[in-house]
Amino acid sequence: MMDTGVSKRKFKQVGTRPARPDGVDKVKGRAMYGADMTAPGMLTGRILRSPHAHAEIVSIDVSEAVALTGVKAVVTGADLVAQDDIAMRDIQINVLATDKVLYDGHAVAAVAAVNADVARAALKLIKVTYRALPHVTDVDAAMAPDAPVVQAGRSLETVPAGMSANVTNQCEFGHGNLDAGFARADLVIERSFTTAATHQGYIEPHACLASMTSDGKAEVWCCTQGHFNVRSICAPLLGIEASQLRVTASEIGGGFGGKTAVFIEPVALALSRKSGRPVKIVMTRDEVFKATGPTVATSMDVKIGMTKDGRITAGDATLRYSGGAFPCGTVEMGAQSAFAAYDLEAVRTLGWNVLTNRPKEAAYRAPGAPQAIYAVESVIDELCQKLNLDPLDVRIKNAATKGTLSSYGPTFDDIGLMATLEAAKNHPHYSAPLGKNQGRGLSAGFWFNFGGNTSVSLTVNTDGTVSVSEGNPDIGGSRASISLMAAEELGIGYDKVRTIIADTASLGHNDNTDGSRVTFAVGLATIHAARDVIKKMCGRAARMWDIDEDAVTWVDGAAVPAGDNAGKFPPMTLAEIAATSLQTGGPLAGHHEFTADGAGVSFGVHLCDIEVDPETGHTSVLRYTVFQDAGKAVHPDYVEGQMQGGAVQGIGWALNEEYIYGRDGRLQNAGFLDYRIPVASDLPKIDTVILEIPNPGHPYGVRGVGETPIVPPLAAVSNAVARAIGMRMTSLPMSPPRILKALSGG
Amino acid sequence: MKTIQVATTINGDATEFVCAPDESLLDVLRNRLGLTGAKEGCGTGDCGACTVTLDGRMVCSCLVLGAEVEGSTITTIEGMSTGDALHPLQQAFIDHAALQCGICTPGILVAAKALLDRNPDPTDTELRYWLAGNLCRCTGYDKIIAAVQDAAAKMRTA
Amino acid sequence: MVQVTLFGSIRAHADGRAKVEVEARNFKELLDRLVEQYPGMKPQIDRGVSVAIDGLVYKEAWFAPIKPDSEVVLLPYMQGG
Repeated sequence: MMDTGVSKRKFKQVGTRPARPDGVDKVKGRAMYGADMTAPGMLTGRILRSPHAHAEIVSIDVSEAVALTGVKAVVTGADLVAQDDIAMRDIQINVLATDKVLYDGHAVAAVAAVNADVARAALKLIKVTYRALPHVTDVDAAMAPDAPVVQAGRSLETVPAGMSANVTNQCEFGHGNLDAGFARADLVIERSFTTAATHQGYIEPHACLASMTSDGKAEVWCCTQGHFNVRSICAPLLGIEASQLRVTASEIGGGFGGKTAVFIEPVALALSRKSGRPVKIVMTRDEVFKATGPTVATSMDVKIGMTKDGRITAGDATLRYSGGAFPCGTVEMGAQSAFAAYDLEAVRTLGWNVLTNRPKEAAYRAPGAPQAIYAVESVIDELCQKLNLDPLDVRIKNAATKGTLSSYGPTFDDIGLMATLEAAKNHPHYSAPLGKNQGRGLSAGFWFNFGGNTSVSLTVNTDGTVSVSEGNPDIGGSRASISLMAAEELGIGYDKVRTIIADTASLGHNDNTDGSRVTFAVGLATIHAARDVIKKMCGRAARMWDIDEDAVTWVDGAAVPAGDNAGKFPPMTLAEIAATSLQTGGPLAGHHEFTADGAGVSFGVHLCDIEVDPETGHTSVLRYTVFQDAGKAVHPDYVEGQMQGGAVQGIGWALNEEYIYGRDGRLQNAGFLDYRIPVASDLPKIDTVILEIPNPGHPYGVRGVGETPIVPPLAAVSNAVARAIGMRMTSLPMSPPRILKALSGG
Repeated sequence: MKTIQVATTINGDATEFVCAPDESLLDVLRNRLGLTGAKEGCGTGDCGACTVTLDGRMVCSCLVLGAEVEGSTITTIEGMSTGDALHPLQQAFIDHAALQCGICTPGILVAAKALLDRNPDPTDTELRYWLAGNLCRCTGYDKIIAAVQDAAAKMRTA
Repeated sequence: MVQVTLFGSIRAHADGRAKVEVEARNFKELLDRLVEQYPGMKPQIDRGVSVAIDGLVYKEAWFAPIKPDSEVVLLPYMQGG
């Protein structure tokens, strides 16, 4: 790791790489994921899904399924409580359709049976009469005024009259005079781009075990990025109160945003209530692809002007995103982030969201940003090529810094983009020689990062150890990072702390594990909870010493008199205070509940070398380096892991991954064989360079790191391909057939 | 459907079970024997999360029928180490942070051990191709490769 | 009075202006005054907005303080993955 930033303080624990607390369970196959829990008397639940891209449900006859031996319950959309709130109603009809099915794979009914064979047989006995409706799956086609209407009446007041009813929202950001900016340019390039919808591709399918009794008491065990959110959604759909529904998060086998949404838990609860027995639902991979969140599919136009010496004079982007069959605000995130890396006098982004007959979009790592930034970074790269400028020098020349008025409105505070660009420029990768059919690409990337609602409880046990309870499922090692921060603040060893993920009854509400928020926000709450209990421990020491509470401070894991006037006493360690805590006033615990603010934005720069095989159109990634500002890397192994994992997901997006729809509007490649995510042999080593430009909004300087790494790869790979083959691809993925077609002049 | 009685050896223990004729070995392991270390990521042999060894051969247990393993010897992740000791591969995965979510980890560990049993000193390229049938979505594979190589080096000098 | 920068698509409800002035000491007061003075913004504000105060983005915190000289930028409600 290269530490080129300035750290605010000397750390004893933060920045080290201890073993994670869940490591042994996970390498021994003992960790309990969503599908691994069983309950006595448990039934198997399965879901019937639409074979149509778009159809009216004329009738559903479940009588034969109900009559089948071994079937204990059948539910349809009528078994969930109809919601008034429009966002909740969208979730309700996505979980179980009511009047219409809106995409191939839309859930229509479900059964609970004594085993999977009976459940499958029962699904075949459910008679759904459909009236097929015209469908549209392409974003540009859906915007045409005469396009089939996916859902009517969903356009917000922001959409001008006369557009297709599929256009649900419009947004605009920017500042300055575009015409004047373009007039100052020596070269203006305008290009159109498309990106395919991709799936988060977590290896663990959605799974849950639900138990609900006739008096409205309920329990759910599930793999989720936010069990408090599961409770918030399931309780109203089942018509019960939050206090009666306890949700426990299992270990989670990947999420990347896709497990912030709720699909099967309300169905399992409804089946359990009706059958009087616990019900487990585990999705198949086919269901995961067809019915859980892919990203938006996009179509975009970008126009950028540049002077001969590489100054960007104006940038304009129009983004058309489709988040599937339900309204979605992801285009707003894309429009705000498109030009965020640059200090621009004139910039505008215009975004449209369009309904299509595709599954409801779910967040995927920096939702909306990779697509828009791919288009912008591609045009900047082409300008550099045409003006014969070094692409890294141009980005340095235009980089946003502290004090820059960002393209989305606020003025940036301390940010790490310039340091990140300079680290890339000085890295040996940037000047390494390239061979025939090879190219080097780079891209900057940006993500906002969020804080959010957080509740943490921390107890000091009588044996001098510390238990931390937090409410955010640990996807990538966050329990280790939280323990490190607790140990750092308390001044005790990492091995004295154990962090667990508590259920919904044990803590106040916690927002989802999303927005790169956990290490930042849960870490901040943990630090505050530690300070809370430190104050109490200082109070206990003051009583023991019979001095004023204010005369005691906390140094290196022990209470000490604040100064000579306070009295002369040897330090009283946490373990000593803990040992007598039950005699000095009772159990010691600290807690903190808040809405975390001050999440610092994050920038990254990726360098990528590729080689294109002109005979097959296949692109090999030869070398890849990720540079990113982490603020302060709490556990550098897991920061590197986020940077590497995000980069590889982006590489897959650039080269292979896409949702392919047939003319019938059905998904053609709902499996890992045909939806090909990167495998080990596709990839080189992914090098990482962590920069540490402290976030002023966190006492340790921590910034979220999880999402930014997926942003730059799309353009980094595409820019490398453009330089290797001498022409620019404007559609992702750049799969071998597309590259071959481009090479043959098609 | 009539069930079939099967006698086999799993992780060194003589094990008998009954299963349906069309029931996968993965379902037998997970649902009948409580061995949930093998994971189902796809059910079609594409992801490798259910990897076990069958008479020393690496297989996707979702593609093997329970009824097929009569008389066979099976090793799952639960049999990789005994007692409180970890296999060097398991220790290396913890030391190198070679897992994030951990769902692919059991399959990758079983696959990596199957390689090292045949080839104790693989090149990175050999290792990457051997593991190409085991999908990991979190790590980008980098730390997995480093962990296996570190374990291999330790096992060679042990 | 604080000066509030509006994102493009909400400017239509403020006679096309990019910046408006309201009397507000925190995020909640800011939202209340905007709805009073520019009723056309109500649907967007009801759906959810974020605010950047001196560069920090707040999504929910009603009582996030605003100083008279703070840089205040209204943004759509933001979410991550």
